[in-house]
Amino acid sequence: MMLSRNILFGGVLCLLVITAALISFLWTPFDITQMDIPNKLQKPSAAHWFGTDHFGRDIFSMIMVGARTSLAVALVAVGIGMGLGVPLGLWAAANSGSWLDELIMRGNDLIFAFPSLVIAILITAILGPGAVNAILAIGIFNIPVFARLTRAGALPLWQRDFILAARVAGKSHARISAEHILPNVANLLIVQGTIQFSLGILAEAGLSYVGLGAQPPTPSWGRMLADAQTMVAFAPHLALIPGLAIITSVLGLNLLGDGLRDYLDPKIRVMRS
Amino acid sequence: MLRYTLKRALSLGLSLVVASLVIFFVIEVVPGDPASFMLGLNAQPDTIAALRSELGLDASKLERYLAWVGGMVQGDFGTSYTYRTPVTEMIGDRIWVSLPLALYALTLSTLIAFPAGIYAASRRGKPGDMAVMGATQLGVAVPNFWFAMMLVLIFAINLRWFSAGGFVGWEKGIPAAIKSLTLPAIALALPQSAILARVMRSALLDVLGEDFMRTARAKGLTRRQALMRHGLRNALIPVLTIIGMQFSFLLAGAIIIEQVFFLPGLGRLIFQSISARDLIVVESVVMLLVFLVILVTFLVDLAYAAVDPRLRSRT
Repeated sequence: MMLSRNILFGGVLCLLVITAALISFLWTPFDITQMDIPNKLQKPSAAHWFGTDHFGRDIFSMIMVGARTSLAVALVAVGIGMGLGVPLGLWAAANSGSWLDELIMRGNDLIFAFPSLVIAILITAILGPGAVNAILAIGIFNIPVFARLTRAGALPLWQRDFILAARVAGKSHARISAEHILPNVANLLIVQGTIQFSLGILAEAGLSYVGLGAQPPTPSWGRMLADAQTMVAFAPHLALIPGLAIITSVLGLNLLGDGLRDYLDPKIRVMRS
Repeated sequence: MLRYTLKRALSLGLSLVVASLVIFFVIEVVPGDPASFMLGLNAQPDTIAALRSELGLDASKLERYLAWVGGMVQGDFGTSYTYRTPVTEMIGDRIWVSLPLALYALTLSTLIAFPAGIYAASRRGKPGDMAVMGATQLGVAVPNFWFAMMLVLIFAINLRWFSAGGFVGWEKGIPAAIKSLTLPAIALALPQSAILARVMRSALLDVLGEDFMRTARAKGLTRRQALMRHGLRNALIPVLTIIGMQFSFLLAGAIIIEQVFFLPGLGRLIFQSISARDLIVVESVVMLLVFLVILVTFLVDLAYAAVDPRLRSRT
């Protein structure tokens, strides 16, 4: 089957950002810690593709390194959400109707009730600003998302014959969950993973913007925007470019998620072919 | 319906109790001593001790928790350490910025999303649908604080139609006050309207396949008439749920937008209190926001059950 336009376009955008982040480990056009005051606030040019900031640093290089921060924070936050949420969801589904199931799901409802941004700000304010705490603050809110999704996907599976067969064969709930349920909800998790990943990038940008994310000298798109705010009148490119970088990665991930959902859903695939 | 309401109310109460415990735990227990946290690293021990007794920190944790919750139930949120004014008063001032802003943004978002969603659903698979869906993809991907900066750049700095920030206050007249909330409301509304338009479209498309829609067409209604009279009404249920969720999101999510526009709302109050280490204010405002979110969810649940009787028996 042909890959859909969404997957192709989204994939290309994601690849662009990931490549920029990876290359930045080895090479950036300029040293991002190097100030060059005489060349500050330059418009985009052949020497500085995206121009320079108020310290004369090359914005293209900062965007490359900033991609690293964004991707790392969002990726680990998704990892936390999946790592804890999926087992909880599997557990709840395997013991559906029990007090354990009830406890896990009500706990999830509660996390949902908290305004995530406010709590994330609270956590980073109390634990101190920084990338690691931003990851924690974002990751916590990923847990109920994956727990709910896993449980919802797993519940109907428990009624199926192949699970019954596995139970008759004497497999434990835990083993059935790992060997039979998990592979069948993996598609759902992959799609949700890309969406949470994009939300994580937005959240990281928001936290960095208000000064609670990655701290200097680690470049971050959100903080570049915060720095740009007072200079937006005479140097709009300072605000424009980090914003476009965020949009590129979020758009890429969302398109990829949408495309994968269609691609991985057998019902839609049959309909198309 | 009464049984259902009582059951939901019970779970509302329970959620509030647990939420208050979590907030209390996070703020008062985890970082160690609130008094030394408030006064910073260089504080003298006797200053810390004085503040401790002033804040009532020498009492046990349980007593303090009960005093805090008991006060809130009676509308007393305590006294701000930094400003020495009752927190209730501070919230009272700010909520008249945050609440209208959230309502304004929600109205805008609905006004954009409904026509967009209906249009896309009625043109399913055609260029018009693709254009709307493409626009919503972009709308979801744009960080609202960045969009806010772009709005300021275009409409405040270049065109000078609006001021770049600040709130004139309701005493300057409703039009002036609304004008100063307009750019923030647009910035908040854009991503929300993109989400809402997508929900509207898919809800309508689900309904379009139903039997009663075929009946409506069979009795002679045009596609458009059937959509407006029968489709829309049935598609509204999921859409209303999302609107309810969005309202609570807008209320709490305005926190960064308020920062961009220097609006004296609840979000800014939280930020100022965090940097001033004014924990009592932080604690109370966060609790208030959580309360509002849980309350809105509760009301949406009830409205949902009132519209759709099947839901009452299910839970």
